[in-house]
Amino acid sequence: MDVTGLSLTTITLFLPLVGLFILLLMNGETQKANLKWVAFATSIVTFASSVLMWINFDPGTAELQMAQRNTWAEVSLGDTSINISYFVGVDGISMLLVLLTTFIMPIAILGSFGSHIFEERGREKLYYIFLMLLEWAMLGVFVTHDLIIFYVFWEVTLVPMYFLIGIWGAEERIYAAVKFFLYTMAGSILMLIAILYVGNRAGTFSTYSAGGDAGVIEMVQTWEGDGTYWDAVGPDSDGEEEGFLLNSVESWLFLGFLVAFAIKVPIFPFHSWLPDAHVQAPTAGSVILAGVLLKMGTYGIVRFNLSLFPEATVAWAPTIAFLGVVGIIYGAWVSYAQDNVKKLVAYSSVSHLGFVVLGIFALNAQGLQGATLQMVNHGISTGGLFLIVGMLYERWHTKEMADYGGIWKAMPLFGAISLVISLSSMGLPGLNGFIGEFTILLGSLGSDYLGFAFTLFGTLGVILAAVYLLKMYQHVFMGELRNPLSDEEGYKLTWYEKAAYIPVIIMVFWIGLQPIVFFNMLDLSVDSIAAIFVR
Amino acid sequence: MFESPTIAEFVAQSNLVATLPGSLLMAWTLVVILVDLFAGEERKRWTPILASVGLGLSLLANMAVYAPAEGEQTALYGMFIADAFTGFLNIVILVATFIAILMSWDYLNRSDIHRGEYYILALLSSAGAMFMVGANDLIVVFVALELLSIPLYILAAFRSIKNDGSELSLKSEESGMKYFILGAFSSAFLVFGAALVYGATGSTNIPTIFAAAGGIVGAATTATFYLLVGAALLIVGLGFKVAVVPFHMWTPDVYEGAPTPVTAYMSVTAKVGGFAALLRVLVSGLSVLVLAEGEPAAWQTTATVIAILTLALGNFVAISQRNLKRMLAYSSIAHAGYIMVAVAATGAAGVIDAATQGALVYIMAYMFTNLGAFAVVMAIEREDGGGGNIDDITGLARSRPLMAMAMTVFMLSLTGIPLTAGFVGKVMVFAAAVQAGLFGLAIIGVLTSVVSAFYYMRVVVNMYLRDSSGELQPALETPAVRWAINIALAGTLIFGIFYPLATNLVGMVSLA
Repeated sequence: MDVTGLSLTTITLFLPLVGLFILLLMNGETQKANLKWVAFATSIVTFASSVLMWINFDPGTAELQMAQRNTWAEVSLGDTSINISYFVGVDGISMLLVLLTTFIMPIAILGSFGSHIFEERGREKLYYIFLMLLEWAMLGVFVTHDLIIFYVFWEVTLVPMYFLIGIWGAEERIYAAVKFFLYTMAGSILMLIAILYVGNRAGTFSTYSAGGDAGVIEMVQTWEGDGTYWDAVGPDSDGEEEGFLLNSVESWLFLGFLVAFAIKVPIFPFHSWLPDAHVQAPTAGSVILAGVLLKMGTYGIVRFNLSLFPEATVAWAPTIAFLGVVGIIYGAWVSYAQDNVKKLVAYSSVSHLGFVVLGIFALNAQGLQGATLQMVNHGISTGGLFLIVGMLYERWHTKEMADYGGIWKAMPLFGAISLVISLSSMGLPGLNGFIGEFTILLGSLGSDYLGFAFTLFGTLGVILAAVYLLKMYQHVFMGELRNPLSDEEGYKLTWYEKAAYIPVIIMVFWIGLQPIVFFNMLDLSVDSIAAIFVR
Repeated sequence: MFESPTIAEFVAQSNLVATLPGSLLMAWTLVVILVDLFAGEERKRWTPILASVGLGLSLLANMAVYAPAEGEQTALYGMFIADAFTGFLNIVILVATFIAILMSWDYLNRSDIHRGEYYILALLSSAGAMFMVGANDLIVVFVALELLSIPLYILAAFRSIKNDGSELSLKSEESGMKYFILGAFSSAFLVFGAALVYGATGSTNIPTIFAAAGGIVGAATTATFYLLVGAALLIVGLGFKVAVVPFHMWTPDVYEGAPTPVTAYMSVTAKVGGFAALLRVLVSGLSVLVLAEGEPAAWQTTATVIAILTLALGNFVAISQRNLKRMLAYSSIAHAGYIMVAVAATGAAGVIDAATQGALVYIMAYMFTNLGAFAVVMAIEREDGGGGNIDDITGLARSRPLMAMAMTVFMLSLTGIPLTAGFVGKVMVFAAAVQAGLFGLAIIGVLTSVVSAFYYMRVVVNMYLRDSSGELQPALETPAVRWAINIALAGTLIFGIFYPLATNLVGMVSLA
């Protein structure tokens, strides 16, 4: 397999940067009106390019497709050296998340078309530049298979998000931005040490094998054969098999990666940055944060933790899954208690991503498939919910639930759209959320590693989701119109608002009614990971 | 007693060509002195230009001497060594000096402290640093260190009196005096350490020390004790120069009081020289100082403890600083800590090259970033030396967007965020520490860099996220200063984005 040539993945990855450079060259003052169009066009072209990838994608193999690998730099190591490679490519999991990213991006940009924030804060050019930078970095996270380059993209996402929250956010934006930056950096920086250890031990930073060079994942599988794994937990001196030690190298490496991902997801109890960041972020920031950024964490767990540290994964699975279930219930509970609409949606993310974590640590094909699909579902539904909140805020300038009521009466179309998206987030059968959650619960029920209680309490979360989302819907949309707008024109949806919702609604139904299309894509990729854990 | 050598032998042994980059620079200072002496008042502008030409010539000489095919060669009867290590750091020193000169001209004129000696002293100091990185003998280390330091003492006090004789800044005077007294004090440690090592091994030549030390350590005599104490004193002496804890006390005061371009310059060159000598002495000379079979070098624990203290103190104290120069002073202490992590890693036998290369890349990244950050701070300073507080940078993104953007990149690079040179340096240093098995040190290193993110990001917060209440303050944003910032910015970004560039540059470096 020739993997050094230019691949479609590379083209898709770097398209946002092209947009970024065009924006850089534009004069921010005279061409103000064109800035958003350049950004929007770039995101559409990137989306088209990723759809092209999807067309080229062959679901009949678990191998990396459209891969490209070029040696990038060498780090010397005693007498030899470790290669850092530019290594991109997609399997089913990456493909789906790339599509999610490129799908959410134009919607997020449309969501900021009518924003009043630029009248107050200005710097529209910088705003779109950061959005492009963010898209590039997020795509990079999902397609790279070299640990160092992955880390580069991973950290780079911090910078644009920091500025998006910090410059264009709400009142407490500085606190939220700094908290977001420090919290997530503190988590991910330990991963750097773990990455360096893995590279030093394996002699390569590539996770997948390509062009005749074995990657770390393959090496780990062979180490298993001779019983030496990361730290030679094999038969000890008296010939008896030692159990897995929680205080072992593999365990610490696992945790080094996991903490970084857990903070990003966020897994309970690492979630405290999330409500602040979400509530303070501008609409597009929230949409991207919920839609894509959080998935980087769950993606990282699937991609790296499970494949690189199988024994540690098994040992830690019940604990992490337990935290996932706690997150489901806790997130739902706290969500119910909120009076602030945006905070309510923010906490619902903690709950929904708890499901994803539960699905991942079921460690079987069903759980992983459900988890991956649920990442996409959550991106679409919660992204949609944040758009709704953003639009309400643009009109009424409040996030307090008590100030709303009866919106349906004034804006019936908007009410209907919101209902569909809320129901999808609740997991109503026939819509996308149901498919993901159902598969996850099925997976956890059939898991060799998790008990029945996990499924039981997980299911409770589905009910709780209905409780808090219906509460929100009732308070905001039902009843008498409490605060009529002074200008009747404000009730109309603009074309870009409608345009932002159409794709969301389409996806809600498409995944809900025809999930097989997406499951097919995931099938073999997920199987190859789940195969490690078959007992 | 001595047989006089033949001319041919003398030429071959002294091999002056190998020292050309440094010695050319020294010779050139004489030219600059003469020109500055006779040039009229309206032609003073030629002094910095001539000084820059000298840097360029030295750079050319450096390229010629250190052609990759040449390998390493010694000069001055083995007292000086010209290898890839020397060649690389020479470039770092020359670039740093050039950026500092770009920063200086307008600054000096504005404060009316422009005197031609300034550039001459800077060139001499750079020549000292260049001899220091090539020092292969403890005597040369000492002499070069003094050549590096004495001009810096004077430069630090350069703001004390204006050209018209009126007093300008007492702080600058204090800065020079403090630096001088403590510097002289630390030199004594260095000399005493060298004497003890000489006593133990019978030589001041680093390769000879290396050869002799092996036998001494094996025999476990009192000479081992002298060697250990000697090594400790050398670490103390050089530790003062690079400002690692607990030898850092002078740094904040000196950095704050000195003229800002001088602060920028010495925060880089003194560290380059100091760390180069430290690596030479510890790695080329004393890496055989192993007390038990299979253990790392005896000084590794010391280096580790120093690194941990430096990282912790530098980063935590920087948080409470309101003055940007003082904050950068503590940050430079912290960065000495990161380089010290690499020094500690060289104590493990298999990691010497990786750690040395990591240290060099880190030094280079630090050079670009730190000079750039100081250039921005200098640009926003008021004429009386005030205005360099963290609040004075508020709203800079609106008033001077390009400068704010550059400053953001410098802050991100100092934090170690990817796509900046600082990240590449950190990865290489921590990779070496992990290879050397110093996990605790590596973890403390990365955690303290999260702490550092707090105070670096505060600068960004003030520039971008807060709007200034007052009006735009006058800034020293002249073409020369802008170029200084641009060069630093380009270096920070290019070496950050094109990772292989850095690794290839240091790929030949080997002290083992």
